[in-house]
Amino acid sequence: MSGVTSLRPSSTVLHAVRLGMRRGGIEMLHSLTNRADQIWIVVMNGIFVGVLLLQRNSDLGGTSFSLAVATLPGLIGMNVVMGGWMGTAQMLAVEREDGTLLRAKSTPNGMLAYLVARVTLAVLNTALGLVIFLVAGLFLLPGLTDVPVTGWLMLLSVFLLGMLATMPWGAVVGASVKSAGAGFGLTFLPMVVLIAISGIFYPITGMPDWLHPVAQAFPVYWLGAGMREALLPDAAAAAELGGEFHTLTTFGVLGAYAVLGLLVAPRVLRAMARKESGSAVESRKAKAMQGWG
Amino acid sequence: MNLDQVASRPVIRVDDLRMSYGDHVVLDGVTFEARPGEVLALLGPNGAGKSTTIEILEGFRHRSDGDVEVLGLDPAEADETWRARLGIVQQSWRDHGRWGVRQLLAHLGAYYAPFSTPSRPRPMDVDELLATVGLSEHAHQKAGSLSGGQRRRLDVAIGIVGRPDLLFLDEPTTGFDPQARRDFHDVVHRLADLEGTTILLTTHDLDEAEKLADRILILAGGRIVANGSAAELSREVEGRTEVRWSRNGEHFVHAADDATRFVRELFEQHGDAIGDLEVRRSTLEDSYMTLVHRYETDPTAEPRPMEVVR
Repeated sequence: MSGVTSLRPSSTVLHAVRLGMRRGGIEMLHSLTNRADQIWIVVMNGIFVGVLLLQRNSDLGGTSFSLAVATLPGLIGMNVVMGGWMGTAQMLAVEREDGTLLRAKSTPNGMLAYLVARVTLAVLNTALGLVIFLVAGLFLLPGLTDVPVTGWLMLLSVFLLGMLATMPWGAVVGASVKSAGAGFGLTFLPMVVLIAISGIFYPITGMPDWLHPVAQAFPVYWLGAGMREALLPDAAAAAELGGEFHTLTTFGVLGAYAVLGLLVAPRVLRAMARKESGSAVESRKAKAMQGWG
Repeated sequence: MNLDQVASRPVIRVDDLRMSYGDHVVLDGVTFEARPGEVLALLGPNGAGKSTTIEILEGFRHRSDGDVEVLGLDPAEADETWRARLGIVQQSWRDHGRWGVRQLLAHLGAYYAPFSTPSRPRPMDVDELLATVGLSEHAHQKAGSLSGGQRRRLDVAIGIVGRPDLLFLDEPTTGFDPQARRDFHDVVHRLADLEGTTILLTTHDLDEAEKLADRILILAGGRIVANGSAAELSREVEGRTEVRWSRNGEHFVHAADDATRFVRELFEQHGDAIGDLEVRRSTLEDSYMTLVHRYETDPTAEPRPMEVVR
């Protein structure tokens, strides 16, 4: 027994982090080989690529660029919110309901590995969407090859900061909802609304003025704006609010969401994990069954 | 502390455990111990507090009052090293449906590797374990495609892959066919006898409790109302033995306190006229019914604990 207690915690923590990353990778492979997931990936991305195709010949308001050139970065930004916020919330809600979380809690350092796996999978999933959009963009929009290295660096920083800004809040929603269904409803509908008002598919300048500050209060708008700034030439700033890119505000808002989220989420997750038990899973299952019957 | 003391130290020690939610008292002074390698069955009607008790011992629920020690630590303050020595099989898992059976078992086993000791190598060999629970031919199937009984066996395998010192089994054989049930009982016996694993199981199957458990605890109304082996429990209720016989084509039933004497007298009186004789000892089920009923009719009655020395 004494041999066990002398274990250095750091080595077991590292072991769990490695297992979590492996777990995220395995789950990604499961997703890629799952028929329903494949259909979802193809249909969703097909729709977005279709939008790009249709917008190719429209002009971005007040500039000489095609609308599709502005939509592509918007899609990439939106994809971060979908993967980071919606994906995390739904995964957590589903896995609380089916007992995956309780399993993690029953396993030594399982919760730590579980969280690492959630982050790994969310990043992999979102990166997959990023690659799909970029590849589609290379074929559809010739300007993409002219993006300078600084632009790609900005894309990477906005991507990573965007994940940090959205995942913790997805975890908060996923940990707070009562059922997987509620997890979907509480994230999907607000997502659609935010995407609609945040200038993802059409410049925000076309929206009523009073909606601008509403959109600007959420990361969706700033992810879109940040990605546009990264991938579009300076002249495209004419279609932005105030006719310019707002680099500092972009990083400021996303950074604030990330910092606040990383402060709040661990507390919420810890409270959720404490409450997780066999009878909690049972009673949720019973309620879900009632809902079906 | 010398080695003997370590070995004989109880694996579970529960003293005056109380649990209440507001005014609702779920556990009202539960006291019991489990020794190393002992198999304990926790029986009781639904809502008696079995799950609550187990969840407190697993460290998943915080008690209101009382002392609890599991593997030498208070579960409320225990760490991951402690957690690695536990195995837990809950009532129903539906998780990891996309994972392959062997893939999942190997992955979850890997968490125990840093907690391996020379005397307890962790995790167990995954292929051996699959063979033990009879899932070898399903090793590459998805967990979500298993039948109810197969899924349960996978859950048991996951529960023991870390070679636990203490295993909690919550209604482990629900949905098993008779063969699977017998195989499972073999697994439990092997764990307790060969690995020295202490096992606490809940079940509604009294026959199973009698077959598996060294000692049976009956929980009713948040209290332990009986604590002893199946045989001791039946003595405790002064079980009347049922005697059936026939005489001149007519069938009789009598509940006798002293069956041997009753049958002797029966033959003395009627001799060869007696046929179809059947003497049935009260079963664990009878004892259980009597003990739970005794509690339900008079909840204030002090439980009569039967401390048993093995």
